[in-house]
Amino acid sequence: MSLDPGDWSAIRLSLELATLTIIVLLLIGVPIAWWLARTRSRWKGPIGALVALPIVLPPTVLGFYLLVLMGPAGPVGQLTRALGLGILPFTFPGLVVASVFYSLPFVVQPIQNAFEAIGDGPLEAAATLRAGPWDRFFTVALPLARPGLVTGTILGFAHTIGEFGIVLMIGGNIPDKTRVVSMQIYNHVEALEYGQANGLAGGLLLFSFCVLLALYSLGAGRRVWR
Amino acid sequence: MNEGIAARFHARCGQFALSADLQLPGRGIIALFGPSGSGKTTLLRCVAGLQRVKDARLVVNGDCWQDDDRRIFLPSHRRPLGYVFQESNLFAHLSVRRNLEYGMRRVPSAQRCVARDRAIELLGIGHLLERMPAGLSGGERQRVGIARALMTSPRLLLLDEPLAALDTARKREILPYLERLHEELSIPMLYVSHSPEEVAKLADHIVVLEAGRVLAEGPLAEMLVRLDLPVRFGDDAGVVLEGAVVERDAQWHLARVDFGGGCLWVRDIGAAVHRRVRVRILARDVSIALARFASSIVNTLPATVVAHGDDDHPALVLVRLRVGSGSLLARLTRQSAARLGLVAGMSVWVQIKAVALL
Repeated sequence: MSLDPGDWSAIRLSLELATLTIIVLLLIGVPIAWWLARTRSRWKGPIGALVALPIVLPPTVLGFYLLVLMGPAGPVGQLTRALGLGILPFTFPGLVVASVFYSLPFVVQPIQNAFEAIGDGPLEAAATLRAGPWDRFFTVALPLARPGLVTGTILGFAHTIGEFGIVLMIGGNIPDKTRVVSMQIYNHVEALEYGQANGLAGGLLLFSFCVLLALYSLGAGRRVWR
Repeated sequence: MNEGIAARFHARCGQFALSADLQLPGRGIIALFGPSGSGKTTLLRCVAGLQRVKDARLVVNGDCWQDDDRRIFLPSHRRPLGYVFQESNLFAHLSVRRNLEYGMRRVPSAQRCVARDRAIELLGIGHLLERMPAGLSGGERQRVGIARALMTSPRLLLLDEPLAALDTARKREILPYLERLHEELSIPMLYVSHSPEEVAKLADHIVVLEAGRVLAEGPLAEMLVRLDLPVRFGDDAGVVLEGAVVERDAQWHLARVDFGGGCLWVRDIGAAVHRRVRVRILARDVSIALARFASSIVNTLPATVVAHGDDDHPALVLVRLRVGSGSLLARLTRQSAARLGLVAGMSVWVQIKAVALL
């Protein structure tokens, strides 16, 4: 079982994609989770459902619409072209955008649950101890939501590593640019290179198991605070 | 006239309506008393700015915190108050020490007047500083919560049933600390409670709430002898008298307390002579006789009938009596009152079966 340069390139690309995606996801996912956890707006339901859609939708559906939107004829595509960014589909940045949508619920939901579990009490206490809204968020809400943040980060990262359908639709299968591990496995199988497919697939299996193991051990530790 | 708390809140929230327009003293412990659902906590949350209602006005010792006519609303974190929650609400991710410092560090040092060590000493939590909140007992958590609020040097301390979540033993553990705050700090406190015992022990002033309305409001001693209100204390109807220990009898382990116009013998619990104490006399422990006669009851005093009123059961009446400069309430059966022919102005003897030193 040996990995060829194409396999290594795919692994490197997968890791880059997942890292970049999780950074973007935390930047937009934490505010969304906070809003969803605290709001009493009537938009809470629709926005929450929208965020959760990728859990139930086949990735091909999401990929298809993103392809149409970001393509040369789509509104997003025309915008990115007008901004001089070019057309996103079949590029690495396009893959990041698609991954962000696809993994959003896996990051938002654990963080939202963690924010909700805090309740009003500690935040009201902080308010009566002279902490303003931002101060309360960074010194009370975020630290108390740490288990949810860790869970969301791990889940989002792992989910991005494992995506396939959306990569196929948005990224294509371009070596060194959009050919990630899951695509490479598919290519090996298509070429009947079962040994090499096994090498990558086994690695992914082990990786996923370790991630989940870490998560469930963390779950036991979380109860110390509550 | 800057001294005092002026509070006007009118709010409607579904079935529940709160309507309060209060002028309260700017010192001492003010009890907000009433059954659950009477709006005490809502009123306290409005004062803290945690709940916002329209058409409200709140001025605390000269500082305006809220005035909707002038579009003034200070958010909670800009109000110089301390809030003690029923469930303490300590930050689970911070040690006791860092919980205590959380508020203090956000107050400019020039405005700090309650020293950190003083608060820690007052609440007796010096040995807990390095512990995490999860490792504290309910009583300890509440004491840390009180110290944390005190260390922001609040100009008004709000306490929302700080003892309600604790069992009787833990309550006894905390009450002395609250009394010390009362005696040693000059911070006015709004104290929400539904416990007549706590109110009798701590309050100087009381606001009685029922179904979101203010039923009555005034100094505690005056309020407790009103015949229309004590009914709401049920079995706990009674008066609180304040006096000084004037004599201690070593042979019988009794202490004599002079409350202005009369003296009472109470069990000697070690309070020094001249020390001011509060005693509580429940209406059910007071009986009335037309003449003085030998009995096992230690405290028999001459008194004058002032008035009587209905109790919650038709068989009972509450009688208000004047003893020297103080007042007492007695709970009698209607039959006894008729048999003795009690009328206002009549001289009688009161026999007090039990005096609780608070």
